[in-house]
Amino acid sequence: MLGRTGEAKGAAGVAAGIESPGRLAELLDRQAYLADEGLATAAFLALRMGRPLFLEGEAGVGKTELAKALAALLEAPLIRLQCYEGLDAAQALYDWDFARQLLHLKAAEAAGVTDVGRLEGEIYDRRFLIARPLLKALETGPSVLLVDEIDRADDEFEAFLLEVLSDYTISIPELGTVRAATPPVVVVTSNRTREVHDALKRRCLYHWLEHPGFDREVAILLRRLPGCTETLAAQVARAAARLRGADLVKPPGVAETLDWTEALLTLGAKELDPDRAAATLGAALKYREDVESVLSRGLLRHE
Amino acid sequence: MSEAAGGLAATMTGFARTLRAAGVGADHERTRALLSALCHLDVTRPADLYWAGRLTLCAGPDDLPRYDRCFQAYFGGRTASRRPAGTVTVTRHTLALGEEAGDDTGEGEDAGAPGSASRTELLRHRDVAALTEAERAEVHRMLAMLSAGRAVRRSRRFEPAARGRLDQRRTIREALRKGDVARLLRRSHTVRPRGVVLFVDVSGSMAPYAETLLRFAHALVRSRPRATRVYSVGTRLTPITAELRHRDPGTALDAASRAIPDWSGGTRLGEELKEFLGRRHARGDIVVIASDGWERGDPSLLGAQVARLARQAYRVIWVNPHKGYEDYEPLTGGMRAALPYLDDLVAGHSLAAYEALSERLAHA
Repeated sequence: MLGRTGEAKGAAGVAAGIESPGRLAELLDRQAYLADEGLATAAFLALRMGRPLFLEGEAGVGKTELAKALAALLEAPLIRLQCYEGLDAAQALYDWDFARQLLHLKAAEAAGVTDVGRLEGEIYDRRFLIARPLLKALETGPSVLLVDEIDRADDEFEAFLLEVLSDYTISIPELGTVRAATPPVVVVTSNRTREVHDALKRRCLYHWLEHPGFDREVAILLRRLPGCTETLAAQVARAAARLRGADLVKPPGVAETLDWTEALLTLGAKELDPDRAAATLGAALKYREDVESVLSRGLLRHE
Repeated sequence: MSEAAGGLAATMTGFARTLRAAGVGADHERTRALLSALCHLDVTRPADLYWAGRLTLCAGPDDLPRYDRCFQAYFGGRTASRRPAGTVTVTRHTLALGEEAGDDTGEGEDAGAPGSASRTELLRHRDVAALTEAERAEVHRMLAMLSAGRAVRRSRRFEPAARGRLDQRRTIREALRKGDVARLLRRSHTVRPRGVVLFVDVSGSMAPYAETLLRFAHALVRSRPRATRVYSVGTRLTPITAELRHRDPGTALDAASRAIPDWSGGTRLGEELKEFLGRRHARGDIVVIASDGWERGDPSLLGAQVARLARQAYRVIWVNPHKGYEDYEPLTGGMRAALPYLDDLVAGHSLAAYEALSERLAHA
């Protein structure tokens, strides 16, 4: 299982069948993900060059969704590492299964085994190792590894990640080095609440994601929500553009407009009337200050 | 073919050089990535060329407008000028305070006889705005020696401890060695300094205190370099932590004052805090705002931003030079708006006040 050296081509092999960014955009479209030229080129190069894709942009512009869509189209499992403050190696790389190790020692003692060397070899065996997302991604080929919201982890964690991503190996002192037979496709996302170290970015393809323009947003709404009429999609997209220009604490991203439209559809709306819009605004805006400011300024009325 | 490839490599290396001149960190490794990216794309399509360069050479949203300009200039028929429009020109400002701000580097710091204990004690409580040059220099010298301990928070790392979580790895190791689990070993988190984010108001009304505040900031940065972030605020939010890292206070202050573009202007603290909160955060940190609260902008905006800060920070401390006077009341619009969200409002006019603040940071 470890140090496996197969001839597996994995995700890179699947990717070889995709001949251009345009083709990849088509395949992503089939997963109901609409990528523009820049994002399609970024993902295409990530697959071809075997480099991690570093996606930065405001929350809700579709960074995480891209990883999911890539995993679906490559038919590879998505392995997700959600970052948070205090994330450590035992949570991100691997951990030893302490309880089972102890049981094994007890059993060996009962059986009268006293050879320390042999016991040590036994308890530091792969079967007592718990693979956390990074190790799991190296062992599962092909796979898509999503390192979500790297800006929330401590900067020390970036050093770990850089080490793993630079040669797709993890060294475990008791066991040896685990090398990915098939490097995973890696997507790293950041909301840019803090600057990620340049060394990590340098290893990656960097793409800055913007909120989509009006036409794209309408297309996304129609593509993702089959029950949505063009009128409603256009009205929601126009309202979303107004909200983004309204200097809010947290302007709505595509994820929020999708939620909002879905809420409106659930209420049977065919058009965005101000009452229903106000009633469902919580799906788009997540700060009380924002909701109040939008309602008091009458931003939901069509101009 | 290889000649064409060589031509392409030369063109793209030249392009990367142009970008570097414009301030984009398009280094050698990134240029190599660009060349390898182009192997997978159609180099005759301008869009492919554009995206390959942008994806490999840029490292942040700030790079993008510069990239676009350089791309246009380089591939739009003419080469970019040596100093493209996007290059940041640094306007030099010297400290607006204290005539000898320029020559207090190096030995200057040690010059002057140390004052007697009683004089020092008197000096300690006097308003820095009312001091003579020599007295202020002495206060600054003492400020440079200020290196109190700092508050700590739990870190990711562990160390062996008598109490705490089970140390599985060491327990197993010992069990192996001794043949049985004789005792359970434990470990606990080590601690690391709690982060401090310091905003120093350098607007006109704060001018008499700005230098002293920056020296205090320097002492903070020096005592915990990795856990301190300093921004100057006025009309623009400017990060100056890197400038304050220099060991020598004079050199550090010169560097910081050159980096600050908005000396002695007005204060739009609300907008600047909003900018900070939009791009950075102070989660779990101690936030120190040093300002007199003479807000030019909308005080309610300032109030809202301080409220947001208070929700994510561990403590929000406001340092107001005028707080040192007994008859002080927080009457300025900005101060009134921020007051409900502050954990502390402290004085910042004398050496004693800074020592107290430093003490407060150590035990927050």
